[in-house]
Amino acid sequence: MSNPLTREQHLDLYYFMQLNRQLEERMVRLFRQNKIVGGLYSSLGQEGVSVGTCYALEKKDWIAPMIRNIGALLVKGVPPRDIFTQHMAKYTSPTQGKDGTSHFGDLKVRHIVSPISMLGDLIPVMTGVAMAGRYLGQKIVALTWIGDGGSSTGAFHEGLNLAAQQRAPFVLIVENNQWAYSTPVSRQVPVKNLADRAVAYGIRSWIVDGNDVAAVYNTTKEAVDECRAGRGPALIEVKTMRMRGHAQHDPAEYVPKQMFEYWRARDPIALYEKYLTENKIWDAKTKAEIDARIERELDVEQKFAEESPMPPAELAEEGVYCEGCHAIEATWQRAKAEVSPPASSFEPGWEVKDYGAFAEVEAIRKETAAPAVFAPAGNAGGNGAKVSKPIVKSGGKPQPKPPARGVEPEVPEVPRVPFGRGPKDKSVREAQNPRDRHAHQNPRDKRGRR
Amino acid sequence: MAPITMIEGIRQAMFEEMDRDPAVVAIGEDIGVYGGAFKATEGLLAKFGRERVIETPISETAIVGAACGMGFLGLRPVAEMQFIDFIACCFNQVTNFVAKSHYLWGAPVPMVIRGPSGGGVHGGPFHSANPEMYFVHTPGLKVIYPSTPSDAKGLLKSAIRDNNPVLFFEHKFLYRRIKEEVPEGDHLVPIGKAVVRREGDDLTIISYAAMAHTAMEAAEQLAREGIEAEVIDLRTLLPLDRETILTSLKKTNKLLIVHEDTRTGGIAGEIAAIVCEGAFEDLDGPITRVTALDTPVPYAPTLEERFLPNTEKVVAAARELSKY
Repeated sequence: MSNPLTREQHLDLYYFMQLNRQLEERMVRLFRQNKIVGGLYSSLGQEGVSVGTCYALEKKDWIAPMIRNIGALLVKGVPPRDIFTQHMAKYTSPTQGKDGTSHFGDLKVRHIVSPISMLGDLIPVMTGVAMAGRYLGQKIVALTWIGDGGSSTGAFHEGLNLAAQQRAPFVLIVENNQWAYSTPVSRQVPVKNLADRAVAYGIRSWIVDGNDVAAVYNTTKEAVDECRAGRGPALIEVKTMRMRGHAQHDPAEYVPKQMFEYWRARDPIALYEKYLTENKIWDAKTKAEIDARIERELDVEQKFAEESPMPPAELAEEGVYCEGCHAIEATWQRAKAEVSPPASSFEPGWEVKDYGAFAEVEAIRKETAAPAVFAPAGNAGGNGAKVSKPIVKSGGKPQPKPPARGVEPEVPEVPRVPFGRGPKDKSVREAQNPRDRHAHQNPRDKRGRR
Repeated sequence: MAPITMIEGIRQAMFEEMDRDPAVVAIGEDIGVYGGAFKATEGLLAKFGRERVIETPISETAIVGAACGMGFLGLRPVAEMQFIDFIACCFNQVTNFVAKSHYLWGAPVPMVIRGPSGGGVHGGPFHSANPEMYFVHTPGLKVIYPSTPSDAKGLLKSAIRDNNPVLFFEHKFLYRRIKEEVPEGDHLVPIGKAVVRREGDDLTIISYAAMAHTAMEAAEQLAREGIEAEVIDLRTLLPLDRETILTSLKKTNKLLIVHEDTRTGGIAGEIAAIVCEGAFEDLDGPITRVTALDTPVPYAPTLEERFLPNTEKVVAAARELSKY
C-alpha cells in the first residue's frame, strides 16, 4: 500500500503539529505571566499522536479528546482562540469560563464531546455515540483517547467490553506516554504492551510509534476504515512520551534524565521535518511560510483572548438545565420506518450455539491433549493452551486474532524499562517483520536507521 | 379504562413513547428477552427489535455512559438499573459527566435512568435502597419519585420528552399493590409539580412514593380523631415545588414530613429550610419528621419494620404536632 497522503496533507500534518506546539509554548508564557487561571497540561512530545489520529477521521466523525489532545481539536477545526480563552477563563471561551483547559465540546458542527477529569468515562460515552450513529444510519466512527494511567479504570473495561459486545464503530487510542502523573507504566500494569488487553475484549489492536505522525495516521486510518466497514471496535496503542511534568507545577524530577534524552532525540516534529525534507515534500521556503503563517495566526488569536473579558458573575447561576435553549433532534440517514413497528418486530429469544463453557473446555482438551484444567495466572501456556504473542509493528501491523476464550492471558514478568517501550527497543525490533507492507511509510526507515 | 398497576403504567409509557418517536431507545440488563427483572420492559423487544431494546452486560457505568453518548446524537435513551441500588456503580458517570454537561459546555443530555427502589419487600440492604438524595444534591439532574400508576405513566412520558437527564425512581412495593384508572390518550404529568392528595386545615403532611400512601392512611385515621391533615405528594424531588409546600403551610401552620429515605440528609431537612426561609412567621409548631432510621436497610421483617416509617409512627407524630 503506497502512502495515501498527498503533498497538501503531508504539509497539513506538519502545520497542525507545529501549531499545537507553538500554541502551547505561548500558553506556557501566559502561565508564567499569571494570565492562565488554573493548571496547564503540556502535550509536548505527543503532538504526533493527537494530530495523526484525528487526521484519519472524516468531518462527520466524532471525537472526545483528553486534556493533552489539543492537536486533535485543532485538526477538528477548533480555532486556537478557543484554547487560549478556555485556559484564561474568558467569557468568549466555548464554556464562557465555566470550565478550563480543553474541557469543552461541540455537538453540532465539529462533533466533539468534552472530556472530564475522571479518566475512562469517555469510553462508554463514545461507545454510545458510535451506537447511535450506526442506529441513525450516519456511518460515523467515534474515537477517543485514554492514557496508560486511565487504562486501569473500571470505566475503561466496562466501556470497551460494551463496545466489543455491540461491535460498535469505535476506535480507542491508548496513548501510552509512559507516565501517569509520577508513576511509570511498568508500575501500573503487568502486561508488556497495553494493546495486549485487546485480546480480552476480542477486538483488533495495533501498536504504533506515536512519534511518527505518518505511521500514526496510517494505522488510525486502517482502524477507522475497519470500523466504518462494520468490523469494529479497534484499539491502537501509541507509544510516546510526555516530555513535561503532569502540569506546569510539576518539574517531573522523577523521570530519569536519560529517558528525556532518549525521547528528545525522537521528537515527533523534528523527525517529521527531516522526513519531509528527505522525501522532497517541502523545502526550506515552504517550512518558513508555514511557520510564519502559524505565528501570524497565533498573534491574532492570542490578542483576541487577552483582550476578552472575564464572564459576568451572574453567569454562574445560569445553564444548569436545558430549558428550551437547545433543540434536540436526531439526524436520520435511514428511513425511520426501518426501526418502527412492524418492520422492527422481532421474535425474542437467545441462540446459544455451544451450550456454554463446558463444550469449549472439551474442545480445548481434545485439541491440546491436555487436562481441561486452566493453569493459574502467570503460568499460562504451560498447560498446552494456545496463547498468542503480540507482534509489534511500527506502521500498523495488526496483532493476531485473539485466542479462543477460556485461555488465560500470558502474564510476563514486570520489566524494568526506564526508557519506555518505544519501537526502538530491542524487544520491539525483534518482533519487526521486514516484509511488512507498511514499513516504507516509516520516515526513519527511509533514512536507513534500521 | 380498566385500572392498571404501576408496573403496567411504566410499561405503557415505554411502549407509547417508543411507538411515538423512533429516537426513544431502551438500554439495560436483561430488558429484552426476559423483559426486565420486574417485567417493566416486557414485550418491548418483540415490538421494537434489538436495535432499540439494547441488552447489555452487567456494566452500569457503560449503560449510563452509552446512553449519554446516544443522547448527544439526539436519541432519547431510557436506561434501566435492574435495582436502583446499583446506580452507585455509575455514580461518577451520572454526577460528573451527565449532570454537568449542559452547565459546562452546553450539551443537553436527554436521557432517563429508571429503576426499582425502596424497601418493605425484604430485599435486604442491597435491593431496598432509596438513594434519591445523592442525586437531589446534584445540580443538573431532575429526580422523580411517583406514587401512583397514573403519575408513573404520565411522569415517565414527560421525563422521556425532557431535554435533561432525569432519574426516575419506581417504588417496587407499589409496582403491583395498587391499581388505578389512567387517563386515556397521551397522558402527561408535568415534572416539578407536587399534588395535594387530601385537603385539610390542621397540619400539612408532605411525602412521596410509598410513604405518600402511608401519609394518606395516617390522614384518614387522624380524621377519625378530628385532626384534618392536608397531604402533599411531592412526585418530583428536583426541582422541588416550593410553591405548593409554602401555600399549604401558610394554611395549616404545621408541618410533618414523612420519607422512607434515611433521616440525616433526607429531603425533610431541605423542606424544613425552605419553610424557615419562606414561611417562618406562619409556623405554629416544630417542623417534625418521620423517616427511616440512619442505618442500612435491614433484612429480617422485624428489623425492617423497625427501620421503616409506618402509619402508626406518622399518626403518633401528627398527634404530638397537633397539640401545639
